[in-house]
Amino acid sequence: MDLLEYQGKQLFARHGIPISPGRAVRTVEEAVAAAEEIGYPCVVKAQVQIGGRGKAGGIKLAGDRDQAREHASAILGMDIRGLTVREVWIELASDIESEYYASIVFDRSAKAPLVMLSTKGGMDIEAVADEDPDAIAKLHVDPLLGFQSFHGRRLAFEAGVDDDVVRPVGAMLAKLYDAFVAEEATLVEVNPLIVTPDRLVRVLDAKVTLDANSLFRHPDNAALRDPSDEDEQEQMARERGLTYVKLDGDIGILGNGAGLVMSTLDVVALAGGRPANFLDAGGGSKAEAITSAVEVILSDPKVKAVLFNIFGGITRCDEVARGLIEAFEVLAPQVPFVVRLDGTNDLEGRRLLAEAKLPNVYTEATMDGAAKKVVELAAGS
Amino acid sequence: MSILVGEHTKLCVSGITGREGTFHALRNRAYGTQVVSGVTPGKGGQSVEGIPVFNTFHDAVQETGANTAMVFVPPTFAADSILEAEDAGIELIIAITEGIPAHDELRAYSVIKKNGRARLVGPNCPGILSPGKANVGIIPADFFKQGNVGLVSRSGTLTYQIGNELAQSGFGNSTIVGIGGDPVPGTDFIDAIGLFEDDPETELIVMCGEIGGDAEERAADFIAANVSKPVLAYIAGFTAPPGKTMGHAGAIVSGSKGTAVAKAEALEAKGVRVGRTPTEVAELAVSLLGAAA
Repeated sequence: MDLLEYQGKQLFARHGIPISPGRAVRTVEEAVAAAEEIGYPCVVKAQVQIGGRGKAGGIKLAGDRDQAREHASAILGMDIRGLTVREVWIELASDIESEYYASIVFDRSAKAPLVMLSTKGGMDIEAVADEDPDAIAKLHVDPLLGFQSFHGRRLAFEAGVDDDVVRPVGAMLAKLYDAFVAEEATLVEVNPLIVTPDRLVRVLDAKVTLDANSLFRHPDNAALRDPSDEDEQEQMARERGLTYVKLDGDIGILGNGAGLVMSTLDVVALAGGRPANFLDAGGGSKAEAITSAVEVILSDPKVKAVLFNIFGGITRCDEVARGLIEAFEVLAPQVPFVVRLDGTNDLEGRRLLAEAKLPNVYTEATMDGAAKKVVELAAGS
Repeated sequence: MSILVGEHTKLCVSGITGREGTFHALRNRAYGTQVVSGVTPGKGGQSVEGIPVFNTFHDAVQETGANTAMVFVPPTFAADSILEAEDAGIELIIAITEGIPAHDELRAYSVIKKNGRARLVGPNCPGILSPGKANVGIIPADFFKQGNVGLVSRSGTLTYQIGNELAQSGFGNSTIVGIGGDPVPGTDFIDAIGLFEDDPETELIVMCGEIGGDAEERAADFIAANVSKPVLAYIAGFTAPPGKTMGHAGAIVSGSKGTAVAKAEALEAKGVRVGRTPTEVAELAVSLLGAAA
């Protein structure tokens, strides 16, 4: 789960990382009130989970009340790469002498946290990594040992930070590591990490990704999930315990198992179709789960045809067939369905479907055949 | 021969008294796997259809000589169970549980690696099947027969799909290894492919990858340097949009990293043929080994 900048900063503050005074607001009036309270100059920052906010005009400096109003009006409601800004963070402006970059990522390759530090902060770090990889100091931390002071010093010296801030930068990295572990993050990124004219090290931005599987241990973090950020179908699916990702095509997809569903999307695309969603009904799905999943798929008005691709292991094909029959009784879908059932109890599942004589339901024997058929039906409707 | 599980396997099931644990333990036993014990804290002394249950892995190992563990407990307790099995001296730990917190997984993996005594397979995997010998996990064994294709995969049902396509072309399997869909799998493609390379029964290796991470890319380098047997690959997720987790916690394209295209290209650059569909993988297998090998 990705956090907004201010949520990340508030999380940092819980681990002893100093942050500038600021307030998150949702209206222009609140923004002006916040700016008056915080003082000038202050920064009005769009809160969206995407990079490049500054370039898009989503970060502005306000020197007085009028400017605060002007910037808040412009930024609230602004579209930044497809995301609408519904919240801004008003923060006291900082004097900046140097801009660094710091991050901790869950490095899957090395199977260890990777801490990175660079004096080339404030810009796109992927571009720095491409053009000048030596400018980024990197260190893997043994998760059983944790982050030690010497790790911080090594990184700071290797990155070439100013001598007088080697220790404070190291201490900041240690605190970020504490936050990374304690909050069970998979990413903590600060860009820029700044040094002020009075030689203080401060975080000016925060990008935090939390591990969704650990949220049950962190109710405060779990509460940060903003349902209004989610697509309607995605929200509906999550409430029903289904794994759903909205895509931009017109063929609804249901399968069991993440790998098989991904493969189904690919095979449909190869056949010339465009999937409307990824939906994994999960292992061992019962009929009710299938009915519920059909409801989620059909709630997307773009869907013109639906493909069921099931290879039963612990999932039983007869349960899938019962779920589909039930869905037809409850929902009376207006779009055609193509169903491919293989694996556990496949014969029984196919027999149930044949007996039910559902309108506009086509059964296919193979995954490729089913993909071709559904593409044809979506194009023809 | 086969790899990892076989006639030598003496299985202890963690979570054996749970609904799923009982079901699959009995199913694995019915297949012929030696299921020697189970562990459920507080239920020591009971039995599940004749399989003795112990309070701790240590008791189970001491009393029944278990050498393999299958972990079936909920995500909250799974890492602890993995660590307990390791501490008790179990050599092979197969973790089926999905949804284990990433930091728990990392800690368990790090302990196992540091001690160097045990191998972890999974978490979030369907288990391991050596057809005709032993089945540990939830793979529906009926679809597979003994043969010469070693199959290693990040996904369960996709494994069944590809295994079934291969079976219809006449191929059987030496072993099917589900390494799981999590970001920190205990056993990687490289480990499993290395084992298949050394396994005399395996003549063809099929690896089934998906978006996210760089395990497939690293496998490509490993294959070029160390593997003499033919290797075929399939990659799922060509149409997955960046930044979205596609079901498996590990299946995510981050920025420009971990795409299916990059993985397929890395493998093809090292001479590994990549099927674009599961059916094409089976066709490639026929072209390499001949029909109904």
